[in-house]
Amino acid sequence: MTDSSASNSRQKRDFGLKRRYAAERRFRLFGQAAIGVGLFFLAALLFTVFSKGYTAFGQTSLNLDITFDAQLIDKNNARATDPDVLLTPNYAVLARDALAMKLGLGKLSSKDRKLVDGIISNGTKVQLRDMVMANPAIIGTTQNIWILAEADIDSANKGQIDLSVDEKRRKVSDRQLEWMAQLKADGTLAQRFNFGLFRNGASSRPEMAGLGAAMIGSLYMMLIVLVLALPIGVAASIYLEEFAPKNRFTDIIEVNINNLAAVPSIVFGLLGLALFINFAGLPRSASLVGGLVLTLMTLPTIIIATRAALKAVPPSIRSAALGIGASRMQMVFHHVLPLAAPGVLTGTIIGLAQALGETAPLLLIGMVAFITDAPVTPLDPATALPVQIFMWANEAERAFVERTSGAIIVLLMFLAVMNITAILLRKHFERRW
Amino acid sequence: MSILNIFFLVAAIGVSGYFLGRARAKNVSGGDLSKLHSLPGYAGAYVFLWATIPSVLFLAAWLMAAPFMLENTVRTGFPQTEQDTSENNQNLSMGMVRSLAGGLREFSVDERLGLPKIFEEIGPKLNERGIVLGSNGQDFMIDAAYTLIALQDKSRFWLTVIAITTSFIGAVWALSRIAIRLRARNQVETIILAGLIAASSIAVLSTIGIFLSMVAESGRFFASVPPMEFLFGTVWDPRFAAADNPGATGQFGLIPLLAGTIYIALVAMIVAVPIGLFAAIYMAEYASSRTRAIVKPLLEVLAGIPTIVYGFFALVTVGPLLRDISAQIAGIATGDGASFIQAQSVLTAGLVMGVMLIPFVSSLSDDVITQVPASMREGSLGLGATRSETMVRVLLPAALPGIVGALLLTGSRAIGETMIVVLAAGVAARLTLNPFEPMTTVTVKIVNQLTGDLEFTSPQTLVAFALGMTLFFITLGLNVYALYIVRKYREQYE
Amino acid sequence: MQMNTKFKPLENVPLNADPSPRAISICAEKVNVFYGEKQALFDIDLNVGANEVTSLIGPSGCGKSTFLRCMNRMNDTIDTCRVSGKITLDGEDIYSRDIDVVELRARVGMVFQKPNPFPKSIFENVAYGPRIHGLAHTKTDLERIVVTSLQKAGLFEEVKDRLQQPGTSLSGGQQQRLCIARAIAVQPEVILMDEPCSALDPIATAIVEELIDELRQNYTIVIVTHSMQQAARVSQQTAFFHLGNLVETGPTEKIFTTPDDPRTESYITGRIG
Repeated sequence: MTDSSASNSRQKRDFGLKRRYAAERRFRLFGQAAIGVGLFFLAALLFTVFSKGYTAFGQTSLNLDITFDAQLIDKNNARATDPDVLLTPNYAVLARDALAMKLGLGKLSSKDRKLVDGIISNGTKVQLRDMVMANPAIIGTTQNIWILAEADIDSANKGQIDLSVDEKRRKVSDRQLEWMAQLKADGTLAQRFNFGLFRNGASSRPEMAGLGAAMIGSLYMMLIVLVLALPIGVAASIYLEEFAPKNRFTDIIEVNINNLAAVPSIVFGLLGLALFINFAGLPRSASLVGGLVLTLMTLPTIIIATRAALKAVPPSIRSAALGIGASRMQMVFHHVLPLAAPGVLTGTIIGLAQALGETAPLLLIGMVAFITDAPVTPLDPATALPVQIFMWANEAERAFVERTSGAIIVLLMFLAVMNITAILLRKHFERRW
Repeated sequence: MSILNIFFLVAAIGVSGYFLGRARAKNVSGGDLSKLHSLPGYAGAYVFLWATIPSVLFLAAWLMAAPFMLENTVRTGFPQTEQDTSENNQNLSMGMVRSLAGGLREFSVDERLGLPKIFEEIGPKLNERGIVLGSNGQDFMIDAAYTLIALQDKSRFWLTVIAITTSFIGAVWALSRIAIRLRARNQVETIILAGLIAASSIAVLSTIGIFLSMVAESGRFFASVPPMEFLFGTVWDPRFAAADNPGATGQFGLIPLLAGTIYIALVAMIVAVPIGLFAAIYMAEYASSRTRAIVKPLLEVLAGIPTIVYGFFALVTVGPLLRDISAQIAGIATGDGASFIQAQSVLTAGLVMGVMLIPFVSSLSDDVITQVPASMREGSLGLGATRSETMVRVLLPAALPGIVGALLLTGSRAIGETMIVVLAAGVAARLTLNPFEPMTTVTVKIVNQLTGDLEFTSPQTLVAFALGMTLFFITLGLNVYALYIVRKYREQYE
Repeated sequence: MQMNTKFKPLENVPLNADPSPRAISICAEKVNVFYGEKQALFDIDLNVGANEVTSLIGPSGCGKSTFLRCMNRMNDTIDTCRVSGKITLDGEDIYSRDIDVVELRARVGMVFQKPNPFPKSIFENVAYGPRIHGLAHTKTDLERIVVTSLQKAGLFEEVKDRLQQPGTSLSGGQQQRLCIARAIAVQPEVILMDEPCSALDPIATAIVEELIDELRQNYTIVIVTHSMQQAARVSQQTAFFHLGNLVETGPTEKIFTTPDDPRTESYITGRIG
């Protein structure tokens, strides 16, 4: 096969070994380089995400003594008869005053007022209003509470703003930086764990935006996929592997399933739009529709894995069961399926992990929605974790890059947990026949 | 009775049927179960199935057919003036009647008596209960709505009666059949088998569903835009019809999108194929089993990362990096610091997509290479060939069909990929050969046309289905051919 | 015993019966078997007597295993397999339409070439059959059946302290006896054995052979074997198959000493095979 160069001198035959070994080393090097490049990209990707995103788990907050001034909140003392009066006051002033006092500023000039306001998150007024609405008794008292700092202040506090840039061109002024230093020194301004990231819904303000609603949406969809795709997939595999006669029809199903596994995910989105929304009239943006679309996508994965697991159960077990008079159904459900269960489970988890990371089809069925409150039923408008990432990735503000990366970390963590579970399951239940 | 309640009641009849059936089977056996053809549990299941399946099937059929039949009846009661109008108009009126009826259900029967019979007056009353109606209603619709409500109530009453009677009769009949020789197991198993067959046909049904929905919606699109204009048009400019210019439908040329799709896929393959193939070769031939055990799963992590993450990576890291590097190079070469690679470009999208595809190429090729019989490899090594010579001259040629199949599968994935290109390739549909400029793809345009507020009648949204159909057929063709090759290849070495 | 047209196999087994009902005979008439286009058996006529061990011998691929699997319709599991002709079990055609194969296999047990215990405990292995056939009404019943079956298979003494251990943990010979116990537990009338000793060492083989001889008291046994010595040792009747034909059948002693057919003689003396 190899063309050993034919200089066939009797004493010393030259096989061109030097040249050939050089080629061998080169070849090997290419292989190593290829793997190196692949691993480098993996590392670069993970590094990017983690380095940009880990800070999203902390959020700069301010610890203020806020006086709920009755004069400002309910001037006419009408709340007993008409609780709605508590909705209207400008609660932001309370936080501003508290902060100004902390900073030792007297009466604020209009320029200073703007700068002070710029430190406090826009969401504070809602936070204070909700406190008052929940418990009107706090009016007139002073409460020590934590409020969120504005996203730019948060970025500056995390060192993400280039301070060498001219003051006019950056979002945080020198004055605000001075105040921040002062507040930090007395413990008013601090980084706290960002529970809001896991609790809040969508928001146009980065410091208040969270994954809460998206995670609920994803959870609903995963449940729907699990409840539908697992039994249907297992039932289909059992039929194909254990009962189906080998004929044209089963051949078609077989080819079909393999192809379905390779159909681009976005096409499933179009199917969902046409079938579930236009034809069946299910609501747009609902996690039910998302779950159905993902079920159809996950089905081939589960079927392929389950069939492989069923195939791995040795035929002798089947003969043994049939030989003592078990029916085929009993053979499958008493013996074959329990033995294949770990494989089925592994395949299901991997299919679910795929479904969890899937974005494109969900865009088409309207899950790109601005969802501020978590969906209560699967028919409510919802969004999903990867779609939330997509929406944040399209936001222009600097602070959203951090949020996006943070969300990706959360998503990757979920996927890692699922995949590791699958691997452990496989390891633990691996059976040699 | 609500559907859910009927359902629960039928289920309850079924479950009690199960226990009764089991008890009866035990009873007829006279204590010796081995006399029975089937174990008591099967007799129970037999009764359960007879109690539930006919009833549920009936329920489903009724629920699907009833709305049409009821509305037809209501429609024939429309005044002649209404009946003379167009089909479309009547459909709209029926819709109004439907929502009126829905609104009236918010009121108790007594309250309904006090409601006005004039459309303009009933509107505000409904509004008070949070029901908003359109404004173009007519008075006859109120009567029609009451008729509809009456019919619906009647339908629901009979549905309840029949469903529950069916269930009951089924249970009693099945119970009466229980005997020593009743082949309950066989019958129950036949039903289970039918269920299994139904489950496996869902895979086929979803392919048919994809196909039909694509064809139907694309058909509506091609009714307003000629197929030739779509398939061979070189301009993509789907303007939405503006209020002052309702005639503007825009141009729907597929060519620029297809060109972008293929170009980006090509760049991705140029990245992924050599890296993936060499990685697979190294893994199959050189790597120690320990290296393999570590490196292989690590590379597979790349396949497990959601594509949205790659898209983000391209958007915030790779794109800006390429742009900055090109600015540096331009600075050195010409002294002019303008970057010649744009952040969103064919190169960015292709490069990142290539990274995503590496594990596909490597694991598919790895499978193929290790399937080549060991005897071939040993034969070559035995002749004194080096490992690289064996690989290049024996194994790869032998594995070639399989590898080609693997590459086709990878290519089909590249063409159908969405999130990376949505974030990294750009939205401008244009024809260019410069990989440093943005181009757009079929998938990007499907997403663009279908996000936001939609009206399902305009060609601007329907075009997405035509694009989807194009995508479906291209990838289907690639997959079928690739799977065919791979299958043939496997058979050769089996 | 009175049999009406309906199939009532275990009717007369008394409660808590010793799992050894009476043995019965099998009769095959003009049995042809096809795998797709290929014919594997040609017009087989064979009578298997009650309380006898009948051995089927012949070179590989002669159809002896195929014939064995016809007798409890295990061939049904092969899609392309077609059987014509008539096999009667105690006068009843087992291929007739109103026969339930599951019931049939409960009456005609089978032991396979390779020991194939379920990957469950020893107890569960034996208990599975009685459970699905409703042979035990109480836990004690079930335990009694398991114990008697294991005793009859000569395994009980060896495993009585570890009934909860997996059946797969036993040695090859023990596994095969477990499979025999599993078959006995269903109270079959006939036991088919497909080369039951081919995967066993000589000592285990001897034990199993002894067991087969004992089981003859209560069951009709058909055994496929490669080993002529084994056939000679355990069986009363022998049938010699060659290329899908039943060449000769008769008392074992006669087949091994004065066969009628020259092909039988060649095989016995080692010239074919």
